[in-house]
Amino acid sequence: MIRAWLTQHGFVFFLTLKRLISTPVTSLLSVVVMGIALSLPTGIYVLMENLQSISGQSINSPQMSLFLKSDAKKEDIDKIKQRLEENSQVVDFQFVPKDVALHQLQQSNGLTDITTHLVRNPLPDAFIVHTLENTPEALDQLQTVMQKWSEIEYVQFDSAWVERMSALLKLGRFVVLMLATLLSIAIIAIMFNTIRLQILTKRDEIEISKLIGATDSFIRRPFLYFGAIQGLVGGVAAWAIIAFGIETMNKELIELVKLYSFDLSLKHLSLEDSISLLLFSAWLGWLGARLSVASHLWQIEPN
Amino acid sequence: MISFKNVSKRYPDGYVALNNIDLSVEPGEMVFLTGHSGAGKSTLLKLIAAIERPTSGTITISGQNIAQLKLGAIPYLRRKIGFIFQDHKLLFDRNVFDNVLLPLQIGSFENHMMVSRVRAALDKVGLLKKEKSMPIALSGGERQRLCIARAVVHRPSILIADEPTGNLDVDYARDIMAMFTSFNQVGVTVLIATHDASLLEDTQHRVLSLKQGKLAA
Ligand SMILES: Nc1ncnc2c1ncn2[C@@H]1O[C@H](COP(=O)(O)OP(=O)(O)O)[C@@H](O)[C@H]1O
Ligand SMILES: [Mg+2]
Repeated sequence: MIRAWLTQHGFVFFLTLKRLISTPVTSLLSVVVMGIALSLPTGIYVLMENLQSISGQSINSPQMSLFLKSDAKKEDIDKIKQRLEENSQVVDFQFVPKDVALHQLQQSNGLTDITTHLVRNPLPDAFIVHTLENTPEALDQLQTVMQKWSEIEYVQFDSAWVERMSALLKLGRFVVLMLATLLSIAIIAIMFNTIRLQILTKRDEIEISKLIGATDSFIRRPFLYFGAIQGLVGGVAAWAIIAFGIETMNKELIELVKLYSFDLSLKHLSLEDSISLLLFSAWLGWLGARLSVASHLWQIEPN
Repeated sequence: MISFKNVSKRYPDGYVALNNIDLSVEPGEMVFLTGHSGAGKSTLLKLIAAIERPTSGTITISGQNIAQLKLGAIPYLRRKIGFIFQDHKLLFDRNVFDNVLLPLQIGSFENHMMVSRVRAALDKVGLLKKEKSMPIALSGGERQRLCIARAVVHRPSILIADEPTGNLDVDYARDIMAMFTSFNQVGVTVLIATHDASLLEDTQHRVLSLKQGKLAA
């Protein structure tokens, strides 16, 4: 039983490959079209993944400023230092005494006049804190916690860029989802039509097979294999297109990054994402073929 | 093996091709179905393989009422039957071997079994040397024999032939008839439709005669 099953499926698999190879130009064109269509949303997804991982690195890690009350004493400062060291959300921090802050202010152009006339230093002592997470929610939560420390007058963080980044990623995700949906529908439609034409040219074969006892699933099988295999190859093409794109962009980036001194290169899809891409593209091809078969095969009844 | 009770077939255009047919064919029997062109012979054979469905009456094949057969069960009925079609129904884009292979692929046989079965069937009809030829390159008689090989390759218990000697010379026709007789001798139930009365002159087998959709006595 199992051997017969394997024989049948193996046979159909090789028959499908033979069919794909027997019309090389058509097959290649379909694969290229599918590859390009799939590479658009997947490519944007890859760029977003890279953007997210770069923004997670410390060069851009968000920072918070903790301003102490103006009457804060040495012990208060030590207490806060200790709390910051104990907090797992804090990557590192830096203490800025009020004298240093005033000095920095006096260095700034345009402010020298004002600051030299000050009788008393109006600036508070402050901490600059780098945090582990960069989501607006996590930062909000940390801010709330620190605000409750009695020595702290005010906690401030530059939420604007975090929110901007977050909004950008949200928009990116939406674009990916929309493109993926539209182009998936396009791929299904292409496959639907390809299979429709195949069914038309194989009318005799289908009719004769039915006459001598073929089940519907036997007749459907080669078309479903065709859809799935062509979909899979389309997915491989998309993967290759993205790989090529990343390779090219990385070459440009190396030139750019030389001017600054940090390491920056884009990464390709992860193994899981690559497998997902291939499975999804095979499924799309299969689905297009399945819909086509469902709407065309029943019209061929022998008599 | 095959039994018809009060079977009528009216085509969608209103034409009554078969009118109240009663008949019965025993297992292992060989029966001829004769009558002029248009008498309803092909229609009767198609009813047996559920290619056409009866308008009324019951048709029983090996104890199974096929008038009530569900669509999904029809393929399995057809696999019990070897059918030689009046218009051949060969696949012209496949060679002789692959044409005969088709029923085995459909019936999910195992790989190693298929090749030997196809060769055995081709051998029986004398086409072993032509297994790589395309059907277009065969003569009329060879095509007919290819149809026979395809009909018997899966060893059906019922063999049905619609005008198997259609346009063949007498010698060829006799050859073909001898093949059917030999299948019948190994226990296959054989039903042959023909309008060619000369073929039946000295037969010992039962002959059923159709006239305008009715069985003549
Ligand atoms: N699909 C069909 N639709 C309408 N009439 C048909 C159809 N098939 C056959 N007929 C008619 O039924 C009659 C019997 O046909 P058929 O069974 O092919 O006869 P035979 O095989 O004895 O020549 C003929 O008059 C034919 O025109
Ligand atoms: Mg006929």
